[in-house]
Amino acid sequence: MSETVEGVSALIIQKLLSNPKVPRDINGDCKIMEDLAFDSLAVMNFVMEVEDSLDVSVPLDKLADIRTINDLAACVVDLKSKG
Amino acid sequence: MASLFSKYEGLAGSLSAVVAAGGRNPFAVVIEKPLSSTVGVIEGRETLLFGTNNYLGLSQSEHAIKAAQAAAAACGVGTTGSRIANGTQSLHRQLERKIADFFRRRDAMVFSTGYQANLGMISALAGKDDYLLLDADSHASIYDGSRLSAAQVIRFRHNDPDDLYKRIKRLDAPDAAKLVVVEGIYSMTGNVAPVAEFAAVKKETGAYLLVDEAHSFGVLGEHGRGSAEAEGVEADVDFIVGTFSKSLGTVGGYCVSDHPELELVRLNCRPYMFTASLPPEVIAATSAALDEMQAHPELRTRLMENAARLHAGFVRLGLNASQRVSPVIAVTLETVEQAIPMWNRLLELGVYVNLSLPPATPDSRPLLRCSVMATHTAAQIDQALEIFRQAAEDCNVPLSAKETAV
Repeated sequence: MSETVEGVSALIIQKLLSNPKVPRDINGDCKIMEDLAFDSLAVMNFVMEVEDSLDVSVPLDKLADIRTINDLAACVVDLKSKG
Repeated sequence: MASLFSKYEGLAGSLSAVVAAGGRNPFAVVIEKPLSSTVGVIEGRETLLFGTNNYLGLSQSEHAIKAAQAAAAACGVGTTGSRIANGTQSLHRQLERKIADFFRRRDAMVFSTGYQANLGMISALAGKDDYLLLDADSHASIYDGSRLSAAQVIRFRHNDPDDLYKRIKRLDAPDAAKLVVVEGIYSMTGNVAPVAEFAAVKKETGAYLLVDEAHSFGVLGEHGRGSAEAEGVEADVDFIVGTFSKSLGTVGGYCVSDHPELELVRLNCRPYMFTASLPPEVIAATSAALDEMQAHPELRTRLMENAARLHAGFVRLGLNASQRVSPVIAVTLETVEQAIPMWNRLLELGVYVNLSLPPATPDSRPLLRCSVMATHTAAQIDQALEIFRQAAEDCNVPLSAKETAV
């Protein structure tokens, strides 16, 4: 099964919007920490949920390069294509 | 030009808000003088200490103090060097032998702090092609160790062996070496790890298991060897890491193991190699405190009785205390706006506890973190409980009505 960055990004946004504290007008270019006001722990916890939804392992060292929702989506797609 | 400190602007704002909400900086408390293991002078007032991790009260052990004095007189006050250069004296090797014997292990490494023990062991054990699997609520020293390692790091849900199993299987890397890291007692919440269940996952998946017994050493298990002893699975634990700065009342860290390669780890462990070793007086005091801990198992009994008394008191007051009775008892409040004034009021009324604010807490709610000692008297615990009741009332923190509960 191949997934696109757009598709994964949409799924991540859908998951984020289920949290009432997240602003309603987010898109793939939003920065996860700055625009969503996630602290480091919240980011790690959210990534754990993404791992379970998409059945993928996202090692913590990958998070250093991820700023936006689309970065996370691209990382997930890349990891899945290698798996 | 950019300022190095522009990244501190957010922190400066947060700290100002905390100080404004309560009148003092909770992270700059000074204990002007310890009067005993349970009482210290803070802001000129005698204050009950319920946040020092000094579980057995051994920081004030006469035996350890005398040992430290004698060692300083005989060997001087510092080693001025690394363990792998001039920083190993006979005392260091004797303590390593003693710690290894206490845990019934082949060998021990002694580090200058508990933080460095986790930092050193995790980074030295997990290399580029290996996987590290960390409990989501791991201590900062474990996360920092994972960053110093080159390993791929995966978090699993707190205290959830099934989730660990699922995530190991998801890696689909049966041939890669994997190191699972859990803590015996979690320092913020007092939660106790289901170590036997983690050991079962370790065996089934062929992983290695490291248990950080920092808060459970001297506390859990018939002999005080920690959570692995309490659950009867020491043989399945590859590495036990811990600290001297809680139950033994001094400072320093250790790792014990039966793996003979521990001798080689000494030469590939940056936080062990590139720092000065512990001074003779600390080594001697630690050794004496370990003797005292072994000679007085009743300290552990008293500690658990005291933990039960404080916990039952919190439940009776209607405060939201940790579910499990352990020497770390966290009272969870709903908002930071409640927690800051209440922590300040507790201090004004004569009780010191730790204020823990998110994101240093697991579920984004603030904690008033208490640690109990074997040396607390029943009267001190009851006094602390009355002060908690008063502080909650003064700060309008709602207490759920459980006054009729025993």
